[in-house]
Amino acid sequence: MLYAILCYANEETVFAWSKEEEAAVMGRLNAVQEPLARAGKLGPTGRLMPTTAATTVRKGKDEPLVIDGPFAETKEALLGFYTIDVETLDEAIAFSKELSAVNPGSTSYEIRPFYVFHPKGSPA
Amino acid sequence: MKDLAWIDLALTAARPQAMGALLRYFRDLDTAEEAFQEACLRAIRTWPDKGPPRDPTAWLIFVGRNSGVDQIRRTARNTALPDEEVLSDLSDAEADMAERLDGSHYRDDILRLMFICCHPDLPATQQIALALRIVSGISVAQIARAFLVSESAMEQRITRAKARVAKAGLPFEAPGAVERTERLGPVAAMIYLVFNEGYSAGATNADIAALCGEAIRLARLLLRIFPGEPEIMGLAALMLLQHSRRDTRYDAAGQIVLLEEQDRSLWDRRQIEEALALLDKAIRHRQPGPYQVQAAIAALHARAAKAEDTDWSEIELLYQLLERLNPSPVVSLNRVVAISKVRGASEALSMLEPLGEALDGYFYFHGVKGALLGQTGDTKEAREAFGRAIALARSPAEAAHIRHELDRLGESGA
Repeated sequence: MLYAILCYANEETVFAWSKEEEAAVMGRLNAVQEPLARAGKLGPTGRLMPTTAATTVRKGKDEPLVIDGPFAETKEALLGFYTIDVETLDEAIAFSKELSAVNPGSTSYEIRPFYVFHPKGSPA
Repeated sequence: MKDLAWIDLALTAARPQAMGALLRYFRDLDTAEEAFQEACLRAIRTWPDKGPPRDPTAWLIFVGRNSGVDQIRRTARNTALPDEEVLSDLSDAEADMAERLDGSHYRDDILRLMFICCHPDLPATQQIALALRIVSGISVAQIARAFLVSESAMEQRITRAKARVAKAGLPFEAPGAVERTERLGPVAAMIYLVFNEGYSAGATNADIAALCGEAIRLARLLLRIFPGEPEIMGLAALMLLQHSRRDTRYDAAGQIVLLEEQDRSLWDRRQIEEALALLDKAIRHRQPGPYQVQAAIAALHARAAKAEDTDWSEIELLYQLLERLNPSPVVSLNRVVAISKVRGASEALSMLEPLGEALDGYFYFHGVKGALLGQTGDTKEAREAFGRAIALARSPAEAAHIRHELDRLGESGA
């Protein structure tokens, strides 16, 4: 099953990390991903820019509205994501627990299975 | 220790909103600060065991409010009762916390907290010091180190600034839409002051350099509560772009490295990308302003993989626009530099001439003049201009840079 692991965090703290703190956390997170990557089970991962860089297109009455900012104003914002291809939910949970243990900035990890539409980035 | 560092970040992140709310309750900066301090102490005592609360900011406001009320009651036994307004406001504060936090108060609280640091009576240095203390919660000792003054001198400076702000009367009424926009301008300017204090510090003082990161944090905070303001997007983008070059602006010996000679591979790509995203958002609004235009200029430098690739004619056009939006001889001087790249040193020199009167006491003017004269082969006058620049330099690094230029002039053998 393909899972997206969605990392939620308080972005005010995460984007206030010093270079050293950032490097330390990323080092630990990379170590957690290493075994999964070696087993060929790790897909693309990414960090989202702060919500201040976000734009939201929302359905309006006629034309869709383009709104500055994130979809929802929340204390915890979606910070980043991993995509993994594992056999069981237990495996996805174990991976998320490991990520959580080494990332002091994260508050929650949502594990969401997903359908692949365009694995190569082309709708054709 | 790991726990404490984490709590420290959480407290710093919660501070502007919590302080803003406590200031609204108590209507007095010192009381609000003491209440927040007390809430932080309790957080450090209880969070490591119980884990952080689900909403740390609401927790701090709630605990801070209670401790502040206790403090006022204790004081009240010894002194006269606080005036009616304060008391009635306290009973009002008993209302449900969650509801209050979700309300529009939140945004106005933070804006008010920032706005009181921008009182027009306060000189720039006091605005910066007050913002760092009140909004950012940086210790007096650390601010003193950044300003190279003693801790007691800084303590006094902040106390005086607070007294001045209190005397002027804190703006507690909920602002209307027009007032909100009017407050944004001075707040943005104050944030940029904080940034520039750090930016101009040179390579040596880490305490000052940290101010750049703090200013960016404040701009993101402001943008989160005013997500649709293109000038705030521009300000954030401008600071991110300037800060992205921080590791390349000085060499190992602390000497200035000019933009065209910086190692662009060391520019912080993440900050550049965030800035470009913000600038794209801002431009959609079609309301150009000085921060957006300056950010657009910085973005053209960031987009050039090599110094030779820089789009100087576009930069020149943007400086023209900036001259219209925000006329100043310094902006014109920057435009002259762009013109020298596009149309050569002689044409630039003729445009520099009329600026001489306004900028005669300005280091960069004579630096630019010397460089342009050097390019046209007028070595004698170039030396004279560089001499003036050295006399006006504000830091040893600036003076050393001009001396280096003088040496090059000698090498060219003209």
